[in-house]
Amino acid sequence: MTDTPVEIRKPARSQWWDVWDQFRSHTGAFWGMVVFLIIVFAVLFGPLLWHIDPTYIDIRARNQGPSLAHPMGTDQLGRDTFARMMAGGRVSLAVGMTAMLLALVLGTLIGVLAGYFKKLDGPLMRLTDLFLALPLLPLLLVIIMLFREVLSARFGPEGGIFILMVSAIGITSWMQTARIVRGDVLALKEREFVLAARSIGTPNRRMVTRHILPNVLSPIMVSATLGIATAIITESSLSFLGLGFPPDFPTWGRLLFDSVDYLQQSPARVIWPGMAISLTVLAVNYMGDGLRDALDPRIRGR
Amino acid sequence: MAFDGARKPLVAVDDLKMHFPIYGGLLRRRVGEVKAVDGISFEIMEGETLGLVGESGCGKSTVGRALLRLYELTGGTVKIDDYDIAHASPEELRKMRPTMQMIFQDPQASLNPRMTVADIIGEPLREHQKGSALEREDRVLELMDQVGLNRDFANRYPHEFSGGQRQRIGIARALALNPKFIVCDEPIAALDVSIQAQVVNLLEELQDRLGLTYLFISHDLSMVRHIADRVAVMYLGRIAELAPRDDLYAEPLHPYTQALLSAVPEPDPSLESKVERIILRGDVPSPSNPPKGCNFCTRCPLVMDICTKREPQFQEVRPGRFVACHLFENT
Repeated sequence: MTDTPVEIRKPARSQWWDVWDQFRSHTGAFWGMVVFLIIVFAVLFGPLLWHIDPTYIDIRARNQGPSLAHPMGTDQLGRDTFARMMAGGRVSLAVGMTAMLLALVLGTLIGVLAGYFKKLDGPLMRLTDLFLALPLLPLLLVIIMLFREVLSARFGPEGGIFILMVSAIGITSWMQTARIVRGDVLALKEREFVLAARSIGTPNRRMVTRHILPNVLSPIMVSATLGIATAIITESSLSFLGLGFPPDFPTWGRLLFDSVDYLQQSPARVIWPGMAISLTVLAVNYMGDGLRDALDPRIRGR
Repeated sequence: MAFDGARKPLVAVDDLKMHFPIYGGLLRRRVGEVKAVDGISFEIMEGETLGLVGESGCGKSTVGRALLRLYELTGGTVKIDDYDIAHASPEELRKMRPTMQMIFQDPQASLNPRMTVADIIGEPLREHQKGSALEREDRVLELMDQVGLNRDFANRYPHEFSGGQRQRIGIARALALNPKFIVCDEPIAALDVSIQAQVVNLLEELQDRLGLTYLFISHDLSMVRHIADRVAVMYLGRIAELAPRDDLYAEPLHPYTQALLSAVPEPDPSLESKVERIILRGDVPSPSNPPKGCNFCTRCPLVMDICTKREPQFQEVRPGRFVACHLFENT
């Protein structure tokens, strides 16, 4: 037997290396991450290298196809599509991820509370049903109509709309997560290791954080990745309906919306934002898949 | 270790009742209750092993869990080490937890698959002791030695172990806080026969070394004979007979105990052919609607008139031997 105290602490760190190794060995997840990182870096640092302003209008160069000066062409006002894609990606990704996080936190919280505490189950699940029964698009329209002015006045037009979009998408998409999490928590609660923890005297809050949450990680992970995808798509469809950010403020959805009128003249203009959205969603889904496997010690060993 | 009055009881159970409500109908109203445990009383002396046997669904596990108040009791009192477990507030109960621990039936299900062995065994320490992480690790490794687990396994996950090793992890977790009383809820039922002996021997060895008191729940009569000092036989939520081990196996008094013991296989084939089995007819009645009078009257081979009318008293018929049967009632 070797010197023990050292031995036990060393792998406490290497546990995350195990996760990383498993994640890397999942081909789809690895390439998904590469693609996602490329998109994120392009969107974050691209504008530093590409100096054309996304709102700069060069009316003489309008409706051009791809060229060296404009790799993705220009729009009907001569604005550079490449610059607009990068600026739009920032907003779309930020909205997608924050809205997903919000929905996830809300959904997990409500799911765990409903599943773990019997008294809260009824009220919380009826609330969830209520939200599920609401027609979301009209609701979103009403939310945006009601609060757009107020928030714009307080946080500036862009900041206000950002907060509005994120919270609107967040509070209308947590229900699926809540239901899945509740179901899993209900099943977990009856498992013997929860009983064992109770016989030890673990209080409820640590029971949730130590025994329940790690074991519902898989469904949360899946709904997180799907959540990013739906959040980006919802934001796109809202912008597409002309309800999201102001018209001159590029997002992927807005770019798509603006390009539809020119679908026949320059189909490439629809393809760029469409492809960006699909690629991001696909990459994130694969990443989530790999992450879920990597976080499960039973799968990790294989 | 026979019953002797000089030692004081560590666990005293008085008229323990555990009823689970049944909800039904359109409005989910309470339409009845499953009387899983219906008024049982017994004591466990310090350092003793009480075997609790009975067929599936007779309420054995419920007794074990109710004793540690993993369920809210319907009625009765449970005293462990002179603390009233049944009526303690959550905070008091939490402070009492270290004296009583439990070993579970299914070692696969009773270990959190996302925690390492060191985390699992260390959890009780983290909850109840204010030691540094280093001290905790030392104690975890010490416990692993105690139950015969290799120290190198500390950072592995439960699924990487065999059933017997997993049960050892469960035992180490139960021992972590130096408990006085351990409820063993069919600790060997899910294990191979070859491993069962190892685990039982480990439990006995730990008892000798640490002076533990066990409630050993099992349906394996030969194993109970091996480990228990006294044996309680349960039928349909009540104790039918409670007696010192040797007396019970030599001369069972209650008709149900007789039937139960006659079902134990005889290893000697020449004797096996001579064994007369008492085959009980019919099924166990539903615990939500137990028969009137003695709860064994529907299947008892020696049923009398009085059995269907009056419930037999659980009383001491010979020194140390308690039976609930009208055949032995001397009132």
